[in-house]
Amino acid sequence: MSTKTSTNTALNMLKRFEWRQNIIYIGFAAVFILFAVLLSDSGFSNPNNLLNIFRQTATISIMAVAMTYVIAAAEIDLSIGSVAGLAAVVTAMTINSYGLIPGILAGLAVGAISGAISGGLVAWLKVPSFLVTLGMLGLVVGVARWITASAPVPIADQTYITIFGGGDIGPIPGLLVWVVVAVTIGAIVMNKTKFGRHVRATGGNLVAAGFTGVKTAKIKFMVLLISGIAASFAGMLYAGRLQSGRFQWGTGDELSVIAAVILGGTSLFGGRGQVVGSLFGALFIGLINNGLILAGLDVSQQQVVRGAIIILAVALSRKK
Amino acid sequence: MNTNTPAIEMRGIEKSFGTNPVLKNVDFSVSVGEVHALAGENGAGKSTLMKILQGVYQKDAGEILVSGEQVQITDTFAARKAGIGMVFQEFSLIPTLTVAQNIFLTNEPTKFGLIDDAKARKLALDIFKEMEVEVDPSRTVESMPTALWQLTEIAKALAQNAKVLIMDEPTASLARNEAEGLFALIERLKTRGIAIVYISHRMDEIYRIADRITVLRDGSRVLTESLKKVSPEQIVEAIIGRKAAAHLVHKNRSAKISKEVVLEVKNLSSGPKLQNVSLQVRRGEILGLAGLMGSGRTELVNTLFGILKPTAGTITINGKQLDISSPQQAIQNKIALIPEDRRAQGLVLDHAVTENLTLPLLDGLKSSGLLSKRKILARSKEIIEQFDIRLAYPGIRVGSLSGGNQQKVVIGKWLGTNPEILLMDEPTAGVDIGTKSEILDLVRKIADSGKSVILISSELPELLSVSDRILVLKDGHVSKSLNREEIPSEEFLQLAIQGAA
Repeated sequence: MSTKTSTNTALNMLKRFEWRQNIIYIGFAAVFILFAVLLSDSGFSNPNNLLNIFRQTATISIMAVAMTYVIAAAEIDLSIGSVAGLAAVVTAMTINSYGLIPGILAGLAVGAISGAISGGLVAWLKVPSFLVTLGMLGLVVGVARWITASAPVPIADQTYITIFGGGDIGPIPGLLVWVVVAVTIGAIVMNKTKFGRHVRATGGNLVAAGFTGVKTAKIKFMVLLISGIAASFAGMLYAGRLQSGRFQWGTGDELSVIAAVILGGTSLFGGRGQVVGSLFGALFIGLINNGLILAGLDVSQQQVVRGAIIILAVALSRKK
Repeated sequence: MNTNTPAIEMRGIEKSFGTNPVLKNVDFSVSVGEVHALAGENGAGKSTLMKILQGVYQKDAGEILVSGEQVQITDTFAARKAGIGMVFQEFSLIPTLTVAQNIFLTNEPTKFGLIDDAKARKLALDIFKEMEVEVDPSRTVESMPTALWQLTEIAKALAQNAKVLIMDEPTASLARNEAEGLFALIERLKTRGIAIVYISHRMDEIYRIADRITVLRDGSRVLTESLKKVSPEQIVEAIIGRKAAAHLVHKNRSAKISKEVVLEVKNLSSGPKLQNVSLQVRRGEILGLAGLMGSGRTELVNTLFGILKPTAGTITINGKQLDISSPQQAIQNKIALIPEDRRAQGLVLDHAVTENLTLPLLDGLKSSGLLSKRKILARSKEIIEQFDIRLAYPGIRVGSLSGGNQQKVVIGKWLGTNPEILLMDEPTAGVDIGTKSEILDLVRKIADSGKSVILISSELPELLSVSDRILVLKDGHVSKSLNREEIPSEEFLQLAIQGAA
């Protein structure tokens, strides 16, 4: 390509720079620099601390990748936090009774089943996903408490703990590898495959997509199925990192995940999906959590500041 | 070119919804390279016929032939495979995707299993080049003006190798020069052998672009004729079924216009689109606003209604100078606006007719501090009767009514507030001829009852038939003020608008 055309392309890209879709990168960099300066004494920029941020946000990041698809299709999934909790306890119980492989499969099956039920109801019975997954949120957490009598289920299987959480590959935490894999696949599928394109078409204009031949019902089913599986995978990572299954793992994560996705530039009205943006949205939330702890705020203060920052950031990212 | 075998032929099409027959033994055919206009009132069966062709509905009886061969159009996929493309009235594109992504949606070119967007852009560019139009395939649809949406839809149909294009009111949202561009494109498509079904309410366009016309009325075909052999009067008669194209004739008003000036606007400006506009409206007068798209007509009424903020000038009502900077203030001063886009701005489509009609009136419909269902229903029934709104029951969803009846609901809603000054922005857009004449009669009646009306319409015969005076706007200012008697013909007004006279 000649220099002239590449300058033109660059100019065009600049002209089309979309504030809403890219604010997350600016915000991320700004907050990062701010914390690096203000919290340099508290060890914020210490590589170990930075890796910790990655570790702690791994589960949110992975669920955010799937949630990007759900929201791009103009649906929502509120059940992911509960599904993660149930997957964690089911995996732990199954490993203890039947071994590693059955445990992993059982954990994934939790998300596949709940996602398929939600997806089926939304796609073919046309029940709004907000209601279906709100119901599923309560139902799933109830099951998790029921089968464990609300007690934690410890995991002793070292292989499982190494793969799903605690382990490192050289200097790189295993959790980081999972996140990179999920985001890479998620971004390619969203931007470069028919499925991703059809997800955005479904969310962008349901009727037009249907008339053009997009199987919109199937798309809705698939995004909720994927979201369920991703949630159960995140639950299994919790179980690995914390070496036990508890129904509380993942509680409330749906809100962080949705905030991460919106921060990342995906429209709540559907039609847009920014997988890489969602990752940075998740990291942004992790960054703030970490910074507030290092700054010495107590838990209640952290909650207030975190809430305010997220509202502010989402408001900014909605600006045209 | 072989014009003996029609591109599509529909024979003896029958369709009923429940026990209600909507198409009765309809024949319709379009030759290769022909533009065939399809006309009829709303509810005459035009869209049902076209939806059968597109595979959205299934016919009860009859047959469809494409290039002489019988086809079974069981769904929209089958229709596309048979080469039938649709340019929708309400656009069928995904706003968040790019032009190229829309054109090749479900048909994406791939490389190693992944979508090859560069190739899609190149193919899209080729199609636009063939159409001799300029559209940037890498822009997102939502960032483009609507005229380009339509070109994208046509390109999308062509990319699917459509032999037949169905265009439903394609100029409804276009400015004049954009419409000219579309007509030129249609000519080029004709020479490539594309057959076009052209659905329109606008007679001038039909004569301009179509070769033949078919008129449907109450589900039956009443006329198919070459446009060289049929007069506009004959077409209108076929459409409305009675000798009454009289709605477009200027009628003398039964009530005299009083001398009293109700509204006086002096040197009103708002932004770059409205500059230094002065006008007077008297009690009982209908003031028509003429002008091209973007001439400032909508901006003028929006400023009078407080939606746009005036940057200079004064508004005086009944001798009192007022500061109108919000719709609430306008309503308090007895101004009502019937907006241009009734679906988006005038109605809550999902709500019942009763709720829509009484929305601005709720303060008067309470009993012991709470809304009274009985009073709401009673008031609604009055308005429904007064405006002859045709519906199954008052609680029906507004969205399920025809365009004309929806418009009557909007008018009824605002007249219920008993305004003195009624602003109407394109009140007959997308409304069938029968309802059109009813709405125009209604406008006359409203003015006769001592109210003042400011009416915007792009259809000049309509404007000429009701206005007492016409103000021509150009580039945001008043270029001419004409009494109705000073306008000898539609052509004269057209020239004034174009700025040639």
